[in-house]
Amino acid sequence: MLDPRIKAIEHRLSQVNNIIAVSSGKGGVGKSVIASILALILAKKGYKVGLIDLDFTSPSTHLILGVKELFPEEKEGIVPPTFENIKIMSIIYFSKDKTLSLRGQDFSDSFLEILAITKWGKLDYLILDMPPGINDATLDVIRYIRKVKFIIVTTSSILSLATAKKLIDALNILKIGIIGIIENMKSEHTHSVKDKLDKLETEFLGETSFDPELEKCFGNTQMLLKTKMAVEMEEIVNKILNVKVYE
Amino acid sequence: MHEWALAEAIIYTVTEIAEREQLKEVSRVDVKVGELQQVDLETIKFALAQLKRGKLKNTEFRIETIKARLKCRICEHAWNFDKNELDQEVAEAIHFVPEVAHSFIKCPKCGAQDFEFVEGRRMYIESVSGVR
Ligand SMILES: Nc1ncnc2c1ncn2[C@@H]1O[C@H](COP(=O)(O)OP(=O)(O)OP(=O)(O)O)[C@@H](O)[C@H]1O
Ligand SMILES: [Mg+2]
Ligand SMILES: [Zn+2]
Repeated sequence: MLDPRIKAIEHRLSQVNNIIAVSSGKGGVGKSVIASILALILAKKGYKVGLIDLDFTSPSTHLILGVKELFPEEKEGIVPPTFENIKIMSIIYFSKDKTLSLRGQDFSDSFLEILAITKWGKLDYLILDMPPGINDATLDVIRYIRKVKFIIVTTSSILSLATAKKLIDALNILKIGIIGIIENMKSEHTHSVKDKLDKLETEFLGETSFDPELEKCFGNTQMLLKTKMAVEMEEIVNKILNVKVYE
Repeated sequence: MHEWALAEAIIYTVTEIAEREQLKEVSRVDVKVGELQQVDLETIKFALAQLKRGKLKNTEFRIETIKARLKCRICEHAWNFDKNELDQEVAEAIHFVPEVAHSFIKCPKCGAQDFEFVEGRRMYIESVSGVR
């Protein structure tokens, strides 16, 4: 019993040069915001960019960017709608923003289905907004998208850092490339995680500050790009573009 | 799943199998498609005819739909999927990504959305035959 979706995914992603999963051990550390801003900045720089929200049960990127009333085009498959020069794929096109609860196998089936039908065409970067932790989404991405590379988001909290280390371990064991770590929600009260990374042999990409104004800019990409966080991300993105990742 | 995407997926996979099994020509492929996918058989046959080439040039594709049956994980009630009970937009969403059924369908007995697809969800290639 052969599942043809697996082969299809390989073809669908064959013209995508870089696939970056924005991931974390703990939840709520800012992955979705960072993935969205990363996609915006790359698109602004002129790269061909795609963004897929793989947090099927709690999708957020459409709210951060303000994607409304868009639907993929049917053209011998599904072509994701373009928003601010980003091709955006989200399960909300299909679940209509209703509650969606999925167990493990259902997650995997949705994942395979969406990746098998989505026609990205040529992309320089495809950004994956991951749900937190090392569970279905992470394992499926690693299993079916071998060329993926990870960015790991953490706060300075020891709870977040401890799980980030586990994620790094898991990726290293599977020989999956890690671009580096971003520390989010930095404030004058937090210690930088930078010094704690030496042992992990993982690149420190930079930090983004805690920004109380951030939330006000959700849904408006112009404002979002002017936030402190986005300005700090610019530098991080330049680093991402230049990091050499071992394969 | 979308018919064209489905047809392409079948072609890619069968082509790889033909290479691996060193078949000179593929004569027949049996595909099972879950009813939940609501695949239009005419469209998929048309797509397959357009896409087949090389070793698949003369392949006969047999596609069979498997009835979809759902079972509640809370009260264990089981029932058949009925497309006609859904409005068109919902039916279309389920056609593309069957798991979103969990957003729209409830157990008719207890109302839970924690159900499983007992059968009739997936599409798979059951057999590929040809000449070596
Ligand atoms: N630098 C920041 N300054 C202030 N608030 C932030 C910052 N980064 C993220 N947030 C806020 O923190 C919350 C979590 O952010 P986000 O949803 O991006 O995290 P996440 O890691 O994607 O969460 P999940 O694990 O649930 O997917 C959001 O309310 C967001 O607005
Ligand atoms: Mg998120
Ligand atoms: Zn029930």
